[in-house]
Amino acid sequence: MFESLSEKFEKILKQLRAQGVLTEQNIAEALKEIRLALLEADVHFKIVKDFIDRVRQKAAGQEVLESLTPGHQVVKLVWDELRELMGREQAGLGFASVPPTVIMLVGIQGAGKTTTCGKLARVFKQQGKRVLLVAADPRRPAAGDQLASLGADLDVPVHRSDQPGASRADVVRACVEGVARGHDQGYDVVVLDTGGRLHVDDELMEELEDIKRAITPHEVLLVADAMTGQDAVAMAERFEQRVGLTGVILTKVEGDARGGAVLSIRAATGKPIKFLGVGEKPDALEAFHPDRMASRILGMGDVLSLIEKAQEAYSRDQAEAIQKKIAAKSLTLEDFREQIAQVHRMGSMDQILGMLPGGQRLKEMAAMSGGGVPEREIRRTVAMIDSMTPRERRDHTIINGSRKKRIARGSGTSVQDVNRLIKQFLAARKMIKTMTDAGGRRQLAQLLRG
Amino acid sequence: MNWLQRLSAGLTKTREAIRGSLDRLLGRGPDPMMLEELEAALIATDLGVRTVGRLMDRLREETYGGDPTASAQTQRLLRVLKEAILATLGACEGEPLDRMVAGGPRPFVLLAVGVNGVGKTTTLAKLAQRLRGSGKTPLLVAADTFRAAAIEQLVVWGRRVGVEVIRHRPGADPSAVVFDGLAAAKARGADVVLIDTAGRLHTKTNLMDELRKMKKVLARELPGAPHEVLLVLDATTGQNALSQARQFHKAVGVTGLALTKLDGTARGGIVVAIAEELKIPVRLIGVGEAAEDLQDFQARAFVDALLGGNADA
Ligand SMILES: Nc1nc2c(ncn2[C@@H]2O[C@H](COP(=O)(O)OP(=O)(O)OP(=O)(O)O)[C@@H](O)[C@H]2O)c(=O)[nH]1
Ligand SMILES: Nc1nc2c(ncn2[C@@H]2O[C@H](COP(=O)(O)OP(=O)(O)OP(=O)(O)O)[C@@H](O)[C@H]2O)c(=O)[nH]1
Ligand SMILES: [Mg+2]
Ligand SMILES: [Mg+2]
Repeated sequence: MFESLSEKFEKILKQLRAQGVLTEQNIAEALKEIRLALLEADVHFKIVKDFIDRVRQKAAGQEVLESLTPGHQVVKLVWDELRELMGREQAGLGFASVPPTVIMLVGIQGAGKTTTCGKLARVFKQQGKRVLLVAADPRRPAAGDQLASLGADLDVPVHRSDQPGASRADVVRACVEGVARGHDQGYDVVVLDTGGRLHVDDELMEELEDIKRAITPHEVLLVADAMTGQDAVAMAERFEQRVGLTGVILTKVEGDARGGAVLSIRAATGKPIKFLGVGEKPDALEAFHPDRMASRILGMGDVLSLIEKAQEAYSRDQAEAIQKKIAAKSLTLEDFREQIAQVHRMGSMDQILGMLPGGQRLKEMAAMSGGGVPEREIRRTVAMIDSMTPRERRDHTIINGSRKKRIARGSGTSVQDVNRLIKQFLAARKMIKTMTDAGGRRQLAQLLRG
Repeated sequence: MNWLQRLSAGLTKTREAIRGSLDRLLGRGPDPMMLEELEAALIATDLGVRTVGRLMDRLREETYGGDPTASAQTQRLLRVLKEAILATLGACEGEPLDRMVAGGPRPFVLLAVGVNGVGKTTTLAKLAQRLRGSGKTPLLVAADTFRAAAIEQLVVWGRRVGVEVIRHRPGADPSAVVFDGLAAAKARGADVVLIDTAGRLHTKTNLMDELRKMKKVLARELPGAPHEVLLVLDATTGQNALSQARQFHKAVGVTGLALTKLDGTARGGIVVAIAEELKIPVRLIGVGEAAEDLQDFQARAFVDALLGGNADA
C-alpha cells in the first residue's frame, strides 16, 4: 500500500528540500503536485482540499519563508499534517474489565469481515484467551459455513443460529444468545460476524442499530477495503453516524492500493485505524502504526515494522540482540546481511521492500529490469556482502578502493554497486538508530530536514 | 424502483454539485474557483484525475455567455461532458452477453476473474439464473477451492437458481476442477459453462500464474475457450481498479467487465479510464445481492446516472 504515493512524495519533497530560497511560487507548485498525488491515491477530494489549504496557510507564515531552510520547513509541515490525518497514537483494542469482551464487526459487502473474525480469533487465542465466534449473517449464502470453517481450522468454537431467511428479530436474538453463551461459558472474547450491508440500506442499518442496542459491544469495528475510492467517506460517515464505531480495520492492504482510504476514513470518522489485513490467511493481520505509516508515505521506510516482523518470525533473542546492537551503534554489514536474509525468508518481497528505506527505489529498479519481484537485487546485495572478508563485514570503514574492486569482482557487480550498498547500509543504520531511540520522533523530523 | 432510479437517487448530491457549479460557471464565465468546484464534483465519481483533467480541458474550449437562459447553457455544457464520456465508452462498446451466448459456440465458456470480494460468485449465480430463464442450460463450476466455504456458497446459489454445480473438494487443484467442468458440460450438452475462480490480488504473481494455467487447460480441452474472460470490478473501488484491469488483462486477456455494487453511493467512474486505456467493454452491472439484480450495461444510462439529467439531455 501507498507505494506510488510515497514515490511521488519522495520526488516532490526532494525538490522542495533542494530549494535554497523558497518563493510562494515554489510552494504553490509543490502543493499542486501533492494535491494531485493525494487525489490519485483516492484520498477524498474534500480532505485533500483541507489538507492543502492548511499546509498553504502555515507555509505562508513568516517563520517558514524567513528560516534558513525554508524547503525543509515545508516538508516538515507536510509531514506534520499527514501524521495528524493518520491519527497520532497506535490504538489497540479495549478489553472489558469483566469478560467477555464483545467485539462486533460491521461493513459493506465483501470488505473482509468474516475473514477478519478468523484473524482476530487467532490473535486472541495466541494471547491465551478463550474466544467464541458468533455467526450473525443469515443472508449471504454459506456465510455461517465460512465462519464455521475458519473456526474449525483455528480450533475456535462458532456459535451458529444463522438459519437462512431469518428475520431482523431472529438475527438480533441470535446475537444476544451468542453473547449470553460467552458469559455463561466463561469466554474472554466474543466476536460477532455481521452480514455485509450498504450504508444507504436503511433497513439493514437499522438491524445493526438493533444488534448494538441489544448486546452493547465494547468494540464496534468497521471493516473496510483499502482499495475503496471516493465512496470511503460517505460509507464510513454513515456507519459512524448510525452505529457508532470504536475503530477501523483496513483489509487487502498488501496489494498496490494507494491507500487514500486510510486517510479518508480516519478523517471522516475520527476513529483510529486499529489493524491492517495483509492477506487472506488467518495470520495476515498487523497492528496499525500511524507514525510509521506516515513515514512510509514520505518514503522513509518502515524499519520498525520490519524489526517486529522479524521478531515474530524468528526468535525473540535474535531480534533483541540485533536491536541492542543497533542501539549501541554497532550494527555491522554482517547483521545487515542477516537481516536481509531473514527478511528474504519471511516471504513477500514486495511487502518487505516497502518497509525498507530506499526499498521503493529498489522496487523501481527491479521493475525496470523486467522482473516484478526484485529478488535479483536482493541476491546481488547478499552476494556483495558474501564477497567481503569477515573483517570487512564487521568494520565497513576498512573497505577502500582496492577492496571494493575485489568485492565487485567476486560478486559479479560493479564498484558503484558496492558504494551504493554501503550507502544503503549506513542510511539504514542511521534510520534504525533514530527510530529506536527515545525521542526518536523528534529526530525523525530532524532527519527529514537533513 | 428500477436500478436507474435507485442509482439516480443516490447520485442526487453529485448531480447537484455538478449542476450548481455549471450554473455558476455560466453566470461568470470560466472562473477558476468555479472550475475547481466542478472538478471536485467530477472527481467524487471516481473518474480519476486524468479523465477529469481531460474533461475540464474540453469544457475550457467551450464558449461562455451568449445564451439567454442559464439553464439552457447548463444543459449544453452537461451535454458536452456526457458526449465526451460517451465517446470513450462507445469506442469499445460490446455485444450483450446474451447475444454472444446465443450466437456463439456451444458450450460457451465464461471465466470470471477479479480481486477478493468484488462479487464474482454472486454475479455468476445471477447470470446463471438469467440464462436459465432464457431457456439455456448453464453449468456452474466451483474453481475457487481456496476460500473457506467458497464451494458451499456456489452450491447454495446453484440450488437457489436451479443450476448444477461441478465441484471438487476444498484445496483441490482449480485447473482439475475446470477440466472436469468442461468434460461435464460436454457430456450433458450444456450451453454455457460459468467458471467461478478464487479472488486474488492482481499483484500476486503466483496466483495470476494459476489463472493462466486454468485458461490454458480450457483452450487445450476446447479450442477457442474461454469465449469470455469477465473481470468483475467493485464500483466502490477507486483508482486501483485500473491497476487491477491492467494486470488481469496482461495475465489472461480480459474481454469484458462487470461492475458490481452500483446500488450504493459509489459511481464506478473508473471504468471510463479503463475503457479508454484498455478498450474493454463493460457488459454487466450488479445492483443488489439478489439473483435478479443484474443488468446489461448501457453506456447512456450509466453516464446519465453519473452526471445527472435524462437520456436525451
Ligand atoms: N488479499 C486479501 N484478501 C482478503 C483480506 N481480507 C479478506 N480478504 C478476502 O476478501 C474476500 C471477502 O472476504 P469476506 O471475509 O468473505 O468478506 P465479508 O466482509 O465477510 O463479506 P460479506 O459477508 O459478503 O459482506 C475473501 O476472498 C477474503 O479471502 C486481506 O487482508 N487481503
Ligand atoms: N449490494 C451489492 N452487493 C453485492 C453485489 N454483488 C455482490 N454483492 C455482495 O458482495 C459480497 C461478496 O460477493 P461474492 O460474490 O462472494 O464475491 P467474490 O468476488 O466471489 O468473493 P471472493 O470469492 O471471496 O473473492 C456478497 O455479500 C455479495 O452478496 C451487488 O451488485 N450489490
Ligand atoms: Mg461475511
Ligand atoms: Mg467467490
